[in-house]
Amino acid sequence: MHPIQKDSVNPPATLLSLQLQYFAIFREQAGKRSEVLLSSATTAAELYAELQQRYGFELTTSQTKAAINNEFCDWDRQLKSGDAVAFIPPVAGG
Amino acid sequence: MPGAFSFCDTPIDPAALQATLNHPAAGGFVAFEGRVRNHNEGQTVVQLEYEAFPELAIKEGLLIMDEAMQRFAIIGAACIHRVGLLEIGDMAIWVGVSAAHRDAAFSACRYIIDEIKQRVPIWKKEHYASGDSGWINCETRTRTRSE
Repeated sequence: MHPIQKDSVNPPATLLSLQLQYFAIFREQAGKRSEVLLSSATTAAELYAELQQRYGFELTTSQTKAAINNEFCDWDRQLKSGDAVAFIPPVAGG
Repeated sequence: MPGAFSFCDTPIDPAALQATLNHPAAGGFVAFEGRVRNHNEGQTVVQLEYEAFPELAIKEGLLIMDEAMQRFAIIGAACIHRVGLLEIGDMAIWVGVSAAHRDAAFSACRYIIDEIKQRVPIWKKEHYASGDSGWINCETRTRTRSE
């Protein structure tokens, strides 16, 4: 392991270990039901943007909801390591 | 009697569910059954697939049942939603409400099915006679070709 370098201009980003679950169209587009992801995202919105880049999710944040640890949450919700995160595409039960 | 909300992956048995809502004070009972329809937006539907996020869906579903119990003068309410692959005519959801009088039973049943459709994380993929398929409300502009 390298010692942490002091760099006041660009401090090293802290990577969070997140447990992702994918459902429906997101499961198909990601090609998996779940994964552990190391991410520098700090909020649910930043993480969703990262997944849009990675997997080509086309739904916008106004069409999608975020859930952390099995509870709906706001898009500006701060992430912490170990969080279980899922994004909820438009629902169609009934 | 608290409101009940659950999932199943086998055919729904309405009689068993209705029995859980029997009560001597219930002068009315209303049920809604949602079934798989053979068409949607001009396409012939051959099969339908439901998927849920169980932990969150049960939580949100129970919240809706509680809201119905608070808002309407009802005695009991129950809902079950089926997941997995369903055929035309299969029952996808059953909602039942018992109440002293019919007005509250009809209103609560309507409230429950409407809120479930809006809020509970359940998704529906239609498979069409053309070979196409699509996640409803997720990809109205582009249809993905099924394997």
